[in-house]
Amino acid sequence: MTAPAEAPLLEARGLARSFGALRVLRGVDLAVRAGEMLAVAGPNGAGKTTLLRLLAGLMRPTEGEVWVMGRRLTRSEPEARRGIGLLSHQTFLYDDLTPHENLTFVARLYGLPDPTVAARVALEEVGLAHRAHDPVRQLSRGLLQRAAIARALLHQPSVLLLDEPFTGLDAPSAARFRELLASQLARGRALVLVTHHLAEAWELAGRLAVLVGGRWALEEARPDRLVDFLPRYEALVHG
Amino acid sequence: MGDGIRLALAVAAKDIRLELRSRTALLSAVVFAALVLVVFNFARDPTAISAMDLAPSVLWVTFAFGAVVALNRAFTVERENAALDGMLLAPLPRSALYLGKLLANLVFVFVVEAVTLPLFVLFFNVSLGHAWPGILGVTTLATIGFVSVGTIFSAMVVRTRFAELMLPVLLLPFMVPPLVGAVQCTARLLAGRPLSEMLGWLRLLTLYDIVFVTLCTLAFPAVVDE
Amino acid sequence: MTPTPASAERTLRRGYVLTVLGLLAVTAVYVLAICYTPVEVRQGPAQKIFYVHAPSAWGALVAFVLVGISSILYLWLHDTRLDLFAASSAEVGIAYSLVMLTTGPIWGKTVWGTWWTWDARLTLTLFLFFLFVGYLALRAALHDRGERARFSAVVGIMGLLLVPFIHLSVYLFRTLHPQPILLKPSSPSLPPEMLRTLMVGMAAFTLLYVGFVTVRYAMAQLADLREGDADAV
Repeated sequence: MTAPAEAPLLEARGLARSFGALRVLRGVDLAVRAGEMLAVAGPNGAGKTTLLRLLAGLMRPTEGEVWVMGRRLTRSEPEARRGIGLLSHQTFLYDDLTPHENLTFVARLYGLPDPTVAARVALEEVGLAHRAHDPVRQLSRGLLQRAAIARALLHQPSVLLLDEPFTGLDAPSAARFRELLASQLARGRALVLVTHHLAEAWELAGRLAVLVGGRWALEEARPDRLVDFLPRYEALVHG
Repeated sequence: MGDGIRLALAVAAKDIRLELRSRTALLSAVVFAALVLVVFNFARDPTAISAMDLAPSVLWVTFAFGAVVALNRAFTVERENAALDGMLLAPLPRSALYLGKLLANLVFVFVVEAVTLPLFVLFFNVSLGHAWPGILGVTTLATIGFVSVGTIFSAMVVRTRFAELMLPVLLLPFMVPPLVGAVQCTARLLAGRPLSEMLGWLRLLTLYDIVFVTLCTLAFPAVVDE
Repeated sequence: MTPTPASAERTLRRGYVLTVLGLLAVTAVYVLAICYTPVEVRQGPAQKIFYVHAPSAWGALVAFVLVGISSILYLWLHDTRLDLFAASSAEVGIAYSLVMLTTGPIWGKTVWGTWWTWDARLTLTLFLFFLFVGYLALRAALHDRGERARFSAVVGIMGLLLVPFIHLSVYLFRTLHPQPILLKPSSPSLPPEMLRTLMVGMAAFTLLYVGFVTVRYAMAQLADLREGDADAV
């Protein structure tokens, strides 16, 4: 579906991050193209969260660079962040404000032309219009998730980073979420999904990478069958 | 440049709306300031020290305490909602984030001062007379000074366990030049002294504001960016 | 570029040597102060506390300025060693400022009858002390290595810029409220013995500063290396 010769929307070269003497990430390369999803797995403490934060521009790499839509992610150029969206365990929503107020603020942050309209439309798309004017603290977990998704997608990011998004989702919600991811891919977005459970998004992943000890233990096109891959995965993680 | 200001205003508006919704910090700061004034009023011996001698110091100590209480909220709300990353993710220049927070904090502290000043006039039987525009000006200058430093420090201490204790420990040395300048100017204004006697202090206040607002704006990325 | 335990140990040993030399030098200053220098006419023997008081004030200021400079360099270069150096300098600096702040009042009370005066040097050192306290308290309260380094660097730089304003405040205050100028060598030209002893004192306390900071810095490096290994496990 995607032309292999296309330039990647998200690229990282030689990404490394240390904290004093502690080296968390030791030289990671990746490239994700439009309409493609990279699934990143690996044991706890391997550096997955650090990797995601580096890709999101929330952390500065000790070495290496991140490129989003051909622009290098640096401190001095905030504009490069425009193409990035992040969905993590933090919702980034203010409890005392309503979803509508939250999203209007985000729309202003991203300089969207009609902040209030953009907010309203985004909330309608996730089916939250009926609670758009209740404080976020009153929302149930499921609705909160929808609000978080609306927030992450509000500015139509070309690159979407997801940190274990299936955690705590029941089967129907997970299915709905998979549909959402599929529609994002269909729109030509590039996705990076950090996951603990390979089964969650196996079909959607175009490429698979396993991070062990701050390095790729594996980085290749997603194998055909999960059952065949699992023994390999166990070996990589515990080897 | 215009974008930066627009973004700063958006951040400030968000903070103000949040505070109006919950009202906790502002209320505590105002009540605290009023209590401090009452304590000062009862604690002094009216026959020994004239009110006018003590008045400027009392006023400014009260403002300072109230400001510290109000400043503690600046980043607590971000931590409570884990929302700071959400803002850092956006193409938001960190200077705009700082200025937005600074603006919101200035509004809060000005509110505390606006409530405290009339109470002060009431309790201490001080007559402001023609001095009030000057006092307003001095108050603005000094407040900008210590709120600018307080804003960046509150961003730091919010990651520590005893934030409410750490903020005064860090901030108080930095409050001294603006406070001393403010007290000296207020005393002279209340006594009806000519402007020429205050020029040195006014220059101190202005220079402090320029230096520290600039420095804090430049240093702010080091605090919020990893 | 990355320090090894071996190199840190070497630095530690060097630091111990320097510290011992520094302590010997300080002892020499005491001897000189008591035996060699003349007794000042107006103040009496108590004036000799000056030979400890002045160098420690100087040491505190040097320590503080170095914290400020390495803070600036750290934010620019992100080299952990600069952060460790700043922290070490701050710890030594707070000790020196305490020495100054205790000898000052002792001197003042003995000779002039007042414990405290808001003269320029005492006031400034008092502020340095509070800034050191804030700096070290903040470091102690932050457990994330990166945050600790960055935040204390910001405080260090801001503290450095606060110093001129403290000076200015004291200056403005004193021109409007003239105060007795205390705790100063009263004559512009000191007798040669006093001057020499003072110079020796300055050198001794500087040497001691270098020794202390080296030891502290090496210990901080070792701790950092140990932490790194522990986290990696």
